Amino acid sequence: MNWITNYVRPRINSIFSRREVPENLWHKCSECGTMLFHRELSDNLNVCTSCDHHMAITPRARFEALFDGGIFTEVAVPEPVADPLKFRDQKKYPDRMKAAQKKTGEEEAMLVACGEIGRTPIVATAQDFSFMGGSMGMYVGNAIIAAAQEAVKLKRPLVLFSAAGGARMQEGILSLMQMPRTTVAVQMLKEAGLPYIVVLTHPTTGGVTASYAMLGDVHISEPNALICFAGPRVIEQTIREKLPEGFQRAEYLLDHGMLDRVTPRTKMRQELITITRMLLGLPPQVVGDLPAPAPEEQNAAEEVAPDASSEEAAE
Amino acid sequence: MTQYLDFEKPLAEIEGKAEELRALARANEEMDVADEAAALDAKAAQLLTDLYKDLTPWRKCQVARHPERPHCQDYIKALFDEYTPLAGDRNFADDHAVMGGLARFEGRPVMVIGHEKGSDTKSRIERNFGMARPEGYRKAIRLMEMAGKFGLPVITLVDTPGAYPGKGAEERGQSEAIARATEACLQIGVPLVSVVIGEGGSGGAVAFATANRVAMLEHSIYSVISPEGCASILWKDAEKMREAAEALRITAQNLNELGVIDTIITEPTGGAHRDSPAAIQAVKVAIQEMLEDLDGLKPAELVKDRRQKFLDMGAKGLAA
Repeated sequence: MNWITNYVRPRINSIFSRREVPENLWHKCSECGTMLFHRELSDNLNVCTSCDHHMAITPRARFEALFDGGIFTEVAVPEPVADPLKFRDQKKYPDRMKAAQKKTGEEEAMLVACGEIGRTPIVATAQDFSFMGGSMGMYVGNAIIAAAQEAVKLKRPLVLFSAAGGARMQEGILSLMQMPRTTVAVQMLKEAGLPYIVVLTHPTTGGVTASYAMLGDVHISEPNALICFAGPRVIEQTIREKLPEGFQRAEYLLDHGMLDRVTPRTKMRQELITITRMLLGLPPQVVGDLPAPAPEEQNAAEEVAPDASSEEAAE
Repeated sequence: MTQYLDFEKPLAEIEGKAEELRALARANEEMDVADEAAALDAKAAQLLTDLYKDLTPWRKCQVARHPERPHCQDYIKALFDEYTPLAGDRNFADDHAVMGGLARFEGRPVMVIGHEKGSDTKSRIERNFGMARPEGYRKAIRLMEMAGKFGLPVITLVDTPGAYPGKGAEERGQSEAIARATEACLQIGVPLVSVVIGEGGSGGAVAFATANRVAMLEHSIYSVISPEGCASILWKDAEKMREAAEALRITAQNLNELGVIDTIITEPTGGAHRDSPAAIQAVKVAIQEMLEDLDGLKPAELVKDRRQKFLDMGAKGLAA
């Protein structure tokens, strides 16, 4: 069963990967320590029901909750050259990649999808912090360019969920070059007059913040997300003093004018629908019990990503 | 008096001996040391050539950071006429880590922008060791947009350890400032050429070097993270910077092979700091060539050329 091995198992694994309790049923909130039943937690989008702490969520789980009926089509991302620098630290880069692929069940650190939210067609892309810290290398750059091109082709807004420790050191200068590359992608959207909304999630740091994550028309963040260029530890080492409470957290950035809004994950979908519809000049969303939309037309993207069609069949 | 780098110790010894001999001869007129001193000089010259023929990435990093290496100021002074500094981001402050202003290059009015590290303790502090704050990037954006408006080519000189990791810099939106500067580089409809003259440190460098043509001095470096920073993260030991410098591929030669830069500028034997005028002259020639290469392109073509250059980047890796 392809679907079981390629989709269900990785997803279950990713939900329970940082589990500390036996039998995979309970998850401990990393903030308040409350034991949360796995279903309750996933139903609440990995937000603690007791203290509202936002735990990490995979792009796939996020998209299932985001898109109408959980239906979306994956957009194919051009494969970059593998290990362009022949990088080796204590481990070889290809070995680190394989370990990350095994751990997450994903090919790389970013997922691009097309679908509808509140019957509003969008393109969305999300970074996967569990995949090598969501780090931005050639693949992530290619994913963002593919997402922007798809959005321009379909005349849809792009919603981007950022989550990354920064650039992928194992790709050296080529990871740094993703800053200008992704900026070109944002310019494509800008020139096409399409909304580009960035949802900054915990953590968004380094070269990622200093490129596409800070170039949105609207910047929304999840509560308490760490958002910065230089991390707090580096700054403390430089200035040799303790940083104030909440420094570089979403609320702090909101106060300093870098974000438009801080919105809980459970309200994000509704907010994205409201904002995109207004920016596109569409009437307010029809709220009611409409049937789930039909799966999107088969397109070229699906041929390269056979998983996408099997997912939809499963819905 | 040249400051010797750690790997230049044998050279320092030979040059020291030659100097001693000459001092002796000056004190004692009967002594004839000319032959011996000349032999030592020749030996030193040979050693210098050998040392610099095949510098390891970490040694290149040391040369790139050499305190006597010509800095942005030196290039501006030697290569540009009528340099008229323009200050401030019109928002918060003027960042002294970033120099910029109108000038003439070969008689042609241009906008020149660069990082300045400073050359003694006082000026290094004033220049914040070449680490820009958000104001620096915003000043650069302002100057680039002005250049775009008046059709002036932009020349950037990159020499920074990276963006400044400080509290105020973060509060004032360091990330956004860098992102906007990169965006400004990509948007302006005038030729934009860049030379990495020393250290091309991470986002701070990209914000200036997203150019139509990028050249690097032979012993300069350009990297996503400092070798020390990379070593402390991936090796959990900042002392492994030699290994990190090797793995990161930070040299002009590697970057040229990867298609990230277009030109390598040859340095005088022993590095730019041993013969600043020659190094500066070589940079001048490279700038001339890069500008000539872009002559005749219309604004839209220049923008397209730049975007395509970066979109295409990374299509090939290093040969195994």
